Amino acid sequence: MQKPVIATTSLAGCFGCHMSLLDIDERILELAELVEFDKSPFNDIKNFTRQCDIGLIEGGCCLDENVHVLEAFRKNCRILVAVGECAIMGGLPAMRNGIPIKECLDEAYLNGPTVRNTNEMKIMPNDDELPILLDRVYPCHEVVKIDFFLPGCPPNAELIWNALNALINNSEMDLPYEVFKYD
Amino acid sequence: MGKVSTFTIDGVKCMAGEGSYIVDAARQNNIYIPTLCDVQGVPPKGACRTCTVRVNGKLMTSCTSRVHDGMEIENNVPELNDLRKSIIEMLFVEGNHLCPTCEKSGNCELQALAYRYAITVPRYPFLFPRRNIDFTHPRIIKDHNRCILCKRCIRVIKDKDGKNIFAFLNRGFKTRIYVDPDLAENLTEELAQKAVDICPVGAIIKRGQGFETPIGRRKYDKHPIGSELEE
Repeated sequence: MQKPVIATTSLAGCFGCHMSLLDIDERILELAELVEFDKSPFNDIKNFTRQCDIGLIEGGCCLDENVHVLEAFRKNCRILVAVGECAIMGGLPAMRNGIPIKECLDEAYLNGPTVRNTNEMKIMPNDDELPILLDRVYPCHEVVKIDFFLPGCPPNAELIWNALNALINNSEMDLPYEVFKYD
Repeated sequence: MGKVSTFTIDGVKCMAGEGSYIVDAARQNNIYIPTLCDVQGVPPKGACRTCTVRVNGKLMTSCTSRVHDGMEIENNVPELNDLRKSIIEMLFVEGNHLCPTCEKSGNCELQALAYRYAITVPRYPFLFPRRNIDFTHPRIIKDHNRCILCKRCIRVIKDKDGKNIFAFLNRGFKTRIYVDPDLAENLTEELAQKAVDICPVGAIIKRGQGFETPIGRRKYDKHPIGSELEE
């Protein structure tokens, strides 16, 4: 039987969820036996090379580029899992939601205490190469269909491990109370 | 002692003092009914509806309804639990509940109920309202992002003359808790701490301190809310 293929990405996230996956310690060797990795920061594969079984999404959508990546994951992965608070509800980046984008940019580049006296030319980054900020941060399931959600900031390594095992073995997930947390 | 009423909760025979509230009567019989706005010993408000039970076929809040002889109460059944779950989810999407940044995380009753019902994602879209954080009081910080309008602070915190220090301001979606400016000084250190402790979420927090208890030793880190009754 062919090994299941996993792809992972960090959208508007801090890579904490990826770090948490590495927190499964020596079981990472077991995981390497069980699955193969395609597009992922773990192996630095930038583009999908084949159809994947499981896509792990960290972070919500804060830029147009995040939306494109997320859509590519939906297209190339059979099962999508939103991993962590940011993927599920936007997380810390979503603290700007509710505040008009102009106000956010003005605060960041013109009026904030660290830029007020240093940005004399009143420059706001506007290069064509830069991804475009969305009007607010979107939880992943508001952009594409997400199949499973793993809460936590980051999700406990045991929770990720249990979820991956359940998905790989097509079995019921073990969900102990101590590992199901939002912080 | 007055008369005793006998009734059933999910088919289990129970007894409690006649006229006690269903939620208290259940507690006396080691049955947990989830609550959020209810405070033991304080007149109930029925604000959050989390404690909804079905009595003789009719839905009612168990914190405001009294037991009678022969009552048949449904509590821990899939339909009611899903209803409660949907209320918790609504509270999550209606405010800005960023658990990772919140001082109350681990000790928060709203979060504890979400853990109990294993909510991974709310079924409703997030509203992301714009709410302010109020730093004007010297002893407390009010974070309106987290307030669930349970009225606990209004009902519990009274100054030495018995006056309410907290109140509701505005109506509907704009409703928020408010400290009466004329009585703000009466919120002593002791009352401020009481307000912080009584708040089920992190909407009222103490100035100058936070994250006192390490992760792993907080109230709901190891055991679900209500489990102390169910053992």
